[in-house]
Amino acid sequence: MMQGDLASTASTQITRLALRWLLYLLLVLFALYYLAPLFVMVTTSLKSLEEIKTGSLVSLPREVTFDAWGTAWSAACSGIKCEGLKPYFWNSIVMAVPAVLISTFLGAINGYVIAQWRFRGANLIFSLMLFGCFIPFQVVLLPMARLLGLMGLAGSIPGLIFVHVVYGLGFTTLFFRNYYVSISPELMRAAKIDGAGFFRIFWSVFLPLSVPIIVVTIIWQFTQIWNDFLFGVSFSQAGTQPITVALNNIVNSTTGVKEYNVDMAAAIIAALPTLIVYVVAGKYFIRGLTAGSVKG
Amino acid sequence: MTPILQIQALNKNFGTLQILKNVNVEIESGDFLVLVGPSGCGKSTLLNCIAGLEPVTSGQIAIDGRNMNEISPKDRDIAMVFQSYALYPTMSVAKNITFGMKVRGIDKQTQQEKLAEVSRQLQIEPLLNRRPAQLSGGQRQRVAMGRALVRDPKLFLFDEPLSNLDAKLRVEMRNEIKKLHHNLNATMVYVTHDQIEAMTLATKIVVLKDGLVQQIGTPAEIYLRPANLFVADFMGSPAMNLVTAQTRKNGRGTELVIERPSGEPLRLLDKKARNLPDRVVLGIRPEDITEAAFGSGKNVHITACDVDVVEPAGADTFVLLSLSGKEVTARLKAETRAAAGESMDFAFNMEKASYFDVESGERIN
Repeated sequence: MMQGDLASTASTQITRLALRWLLYLLLVLFALYYLAPLFVMVTTSLKSLEEIKTGSLVSLPREVTFDAWGTAWSAACSGIKCEGLKPYFWNSIVMAVPAVLISTFLGAINGYVIAQWRFRGANLIFSLMLFGCFIPFQVVLLPMARLLGLMGLAGSIPGLIFVHVVYGLGFTTLFFRNYYVSISPELMRAAKIDGAGFFRIFWSVFLPLSVPIIVVTIIWQFTQIWNDFLFGVSFSQAGTQPITVALNNIVNSTTGVKEYNVDMAAAIIAALPTLIVYVVAGKYFIRGLTAGSVKG
Repeated sequence: MTPILQIQALNKNFGTLQILKNVNVEIESGDFLVLVGPSGCGKSTLLNCIAGLEPVTSGQIAIDGRNMNEISPKDRDIAMVFQSYALYPTMSVAKNITFGMKVRGIDKQTQQEKLAEVSRQLQIEPLLNRRPAQLSGGQRQRVAMGRALVRDPKLFLFDEPLSNLDAKLRVEMRNEIKKLHHNLNATMVYVTHDQIEAMTLATKIVVLKDGLVQQIGTPAEIYLRPANLFVADFMGSPAMNLVTAQTRKNGRGTELVIERPSGEPLRLLDKKARNLPDRVVLGIRPEDITEAAFGSGKNVHITACDVDVVEPAGADTFVLLSLSGKEVTARLKAETRAAAGESMDFAFNMEKASYFDVESGERIN
């Protein structure tokens, strides 16, 4: 009896250990699978064109050179101009930063009103805004082009900001509404009795509480807006294109030999800001997404 | 003298649902009004109407003679303490307390003076730089009271402020609120579902059920002369014994005949009761049924009953008797020799008996 028990505990322990190792193995395999393209991009961008032609795709660079990065940044040609990604990078910053801040701020006010100033029809309005999250962007291209034309913003960066603010509102409102809806309505009542009004309560009570969800919204919006290609290509013109559009032009408009190293470097440059934002604020992202379940 | 708070013919509906029905209440300066009732009776809604956080459907609320119907909460000269304390989580204790004054543009020096005064009064001086999350429940409660006190309002409103505290702290804070009321000579309106809180704190109690005022009175009136079966049952712990009885006129008064599971019905003689209908509900508090040896008075009826259960509770011993299909509780001295299954003489103090109509449940004596 005793021995049988011992043997069975020992065997369950071995099974558990084996399963654990199998799990790690799978995780490592998946990680490698996802990291492989990044590896190829980084190594290729650090190789010379010579080496790319002669070597293998996955081999490490024999000689590390940053020439391709320099070219991608300031000399790569898109169409007739050869000024690299630099001006478009700046365009994207000028577009993304205000668009992110404005859509986040408006989302915060919307969420505050819908969750805490319950008015007649609040739920209907919220549902409609949610609906906006699920409309495919292709559907709105033509009406939006017409609207931008009427507003005199066609082809301009402010026009792009406007578009991104409008189409970001659904998500930003959703984030803030869900965050604020978990806050006891008594807080609002206490502030009202203390004599604070609509904006005072928002600035002094609710906004300071919202750091986690602000971070989440900023990461989300920044990623969406920075990475957007469709609106960028539809509503910009020469000189106002965001970096995603410029990247496409650089990659697609080279004549003669394809400069893979420059393409790879350009792609990494275009993706870098969202990566940095995530690395810097990532821990808040997770915290913010789970913050609704934590009571203050 | 104008009443501090006057509520007249107040109705409040949520959609088609009537929450409050024709509420009329009046209190004077220095009163401690407790709104008590089971959950869903409308007491918190009534408080929110007084605060102006909920609009009224009809009727009027006046504070210090001024009609408040169209006045926003901040201009009603009230302060409120909430069940969840509702402290501003990102502000320090000091900022929590001074926030109202800051919003109203009171100068910094006055703010600091008031803060110092109130924090001394509530003994929260060491906590002023902490955040609410770093405080215990009792400390948060004090801070919430501090926030109300600095306002020095005409009317303090409390919405179940003690229900999140543990039993011991609840009693402590209850006493502090009572002291505060006494020291400040403040006027307070206090919502609770706990009838002991209502009894201990109030100078005036409003018992609510389903949005209807059941009774308004001093704690003693409510306790000794409940207006109907609901109030009789709700106020007091253990609850008032309520048993149906047949009545018979008798040369010396009215005889009440109460069925028992075995043997003869119990016959109680009330020497004072007159003109009772044939059937009534007799209400008698546990402390008005005692051991025969301790019962004395002109209108006391002594008779033997079978003891079902004996429950020693420290200071008292509760004894359960079975009458008219119900358990009836008697409150005896701790050292009683009552034993389950044995018969014993009990004294029923009929002087304190309440009689209710069988149909309507209204008090008839």
